[in-house]
Amino acid sequence: MVLLKIKFTQQRRVHLAQGLWLLSWTAVIWGAIIFCLGVYLKMELLRRDEVMDNTEIHVVPNILMIVGLASIGTNWVASCVCQDSLDATRFPRWKVLLLGWFAVAAVLCCLLISVVALSFTLQGRLEESLKVGLRNGIRFYKDTDVPGRCYQKETIDRLQMEFRCCGNNNFKDWFEVQWVSSRYLNFTSKDVKDRIRSNVDGRYLLDGVPFSCCNPSSPRPCLRYTLTDNNAHFNYEYQSEELNLYSRGCRQALTDYYMELMNSTGPGVLSVILIQMSVLLGMRYLQTAVEGIMALEDPEGESDGFLLEKGVKETMEDLKVKALIMLQFWLVDPIATEGSSEDADLEKAEKEASPTPAS
Amino acid sequence: MALMLVKFDLKKRVKLAQTIWFLYWFAVMAGVLVFSMGLFFKIELRKRSELMDNNESHLLPNVLILMGLIACGVNAFGGKVCYDSLDPSKFIKWKPMLKPFLMFCVGFNGMLFVTALLCFVMRIPLQFTLAEGLKNGMRFYKDTDTPGRCYMKRTLDLMQMEFRCCGNDHYRDWFEIHRIGSNVDGQYLMDGVPFSCCNPSSPRPCIQGQMTNNTAHYSYDHYTEELNVWKRGCREAMVSYYGGLMNTIGALVLLVTMLEIAVTIGLQYINSSLSSLVNPEDPESESEGWILEKTVGETFTDIMANMKAMSKGGKVEEEAEAGVATVS
Repeated sequence: MVLLKIKFTQQRRVHLAQGLWLLSWTAVIWGAIIFCLGVYLKMELLRRDEVMDNTEIHVVPNILMIVGLASIGTNWVASCVCQDSLDATRFPRWKVLLLGWFAVAAVLCCLLISVVALSFTLQGRLEESLKVGLRNGIRFYKDTDVPGRCYQKETIDRLQMEFRCCGNNNFKDWFEVQWVSSRYLNFTSKDVKDRIRSNVDGRYLLDGVPFSCCNPSSPRPCLRYTLTDNNAHFNYEYQSEELNLYSRGCRQALTDYYMELMNSTGPGVLSVILIQMSVLLGMRYLQTAVEGIMALEDPEGESDGFLLEKGVKETMEDLKVKALIMLQFWLVDPIATEGSSEDADLEKAEKEASPTPAS
Repeated sequence: MALMLVKFDLKKRVKLAQTIWFLYWFAVMAGVLVFSMGLFFKIELRKRSELMDNNESHLLPNVLILMGLIACGVNAFGGKVCYDSLDPSKFIKWKPMLKPFLMFCVGFNGMLFVTALLCFVMRIPLQFTLAEGLKNGMRFYKDTDTPGRCYMKRTLDLMQMEFRCCGNDHYRDWFEIHRIGSNVDGQYLMDGVPFSCCNPSSPRPCIQGQMTNNTAHYSYDHYTEELNVWKRGCREAMVSYYGGLMNTIGALVLLVTMLEIAVTIGLQYINSSLSSLVNPEDPESESEGWILEKTVGETFTDIMANMKAMSKGGKVEEEAEAGVATVS
């Protein structure tokens, strides 16, 4: 029982070949777009490399780039096959390659689906990575004289200004860290000595934030020191003040940004999956129809195109049997060679024992 | 004696027509480019119109948009004419329009050149507008409760952060703004700047207040401190930004002008070569092409004579009418 059989006249075959050629070139262009999307996503992730702890999330753009390139190659081959399909002399050379082509196209579709799944599941890992990276960034903010960390301050400041966020979860993260370098602290002053004595580690902690947390939309000039003291500033209440600083944490801001980026690539990836599957199915029909015609040796006759020669169950059985045979052949062959060498020895011994009648 | 005479056979004519058709499509895209540059410049001016007191001149972007649209239309028409020039039956219907069209093209190219010059010249009025606007903007920085000016603070802060500048010419301009009190005794300056003047590249946390008081901050000398706040003034930053933009647009418009001149000359050659066929019935005969039928001097005197004749003809008609009127 053939799966999804369709009759193909000469006219229909020509139309199928032409339509498939066009579709495969569309798929080439979409493959290029997917590649560019992957490159863009990778560049964006690399730009903020300093506030990320690990590079697990990079697997998404890497797969996108690989799939994009593979898709370009695969669909270009498909268009060549389409061009040759109507010429009986040129088509046979593609016969062997087509089997491999189907496998590659199926793998590509699976990879694309996995990309969509990965971009959802890796969100948690991304947040963790950002949490650790930002915590380190805030801790090393003051180390502008330590080689390897001297640009941390500039990175965090620019990040907070660009993404309109403050601290890891919120601005209070800055209260727990010494973010003023000790080079600029007057250790003879009473205020500095008090603050250093107020905690176990001897850090200069203050209830203030860097200037990059300031929100330009605030109607009053930015207040960034003595934030918890309502009396330090005129008409100021710490609990209800909303516009003075950015209220969002940078981890949330960055996660939202990257999730939005990956979600916006979602429709593109889904349409590539659809196009690739259509090319796959169309190629199968074209292959079976042209092979049928070549068997009949009548280029203008009718032939049948189908997806599977037998039903799904039967094809699976067939594949199993074939796989077993191949496995057996591979296993039995070494044993068979051993057995045959024994037989050959036996034969030799027999020949020596009994001289041939001819001699 | 024609100007820049060139002999044409059928093959050469066909090649010329094809090349000029291709160049016309390039020119259509160039027209689209000029239109989009005008649009982009208009949007950039609108974005910062608050800082220019809302009276910046939109003459240049409007002219660019208009020129872009006309260029698209003219070049599309020219391309169609080139395409039809290879078929004598189709070319016949375009022939009478071609001479006025070419005159219009020459005029249009002149206007394009003037637009390019305008791009380089309009920098100067823009500089003055920016200076005035920024000065006023800084004065209204604190008026966040006055309707119409409540967003000036946000606009200025965002601008200083984006362009990496502080104040009009120098960060000290902010000291003038923060002057509180009107009488001489009660007057005291707050020598501080807004947070948007802070430079993230500074190794120490930003010092915004009491900037001229060296003792207020540990290990601080405001004469030698360079990285604390942005050193550049915002007028200079904005003028260089807009100036650079206008220079780029001016250079591109000059290139487009040269392309337009080339296609106009090409169309003139096509026109003259098709109208000077040795054997008008035989499309494969040889012909000659030129830019001007006579030399420049002779053409000029011809044009002057024509204009005089037209004005004289007008005068004679007037006199005749007056005579008729007096007689009757």
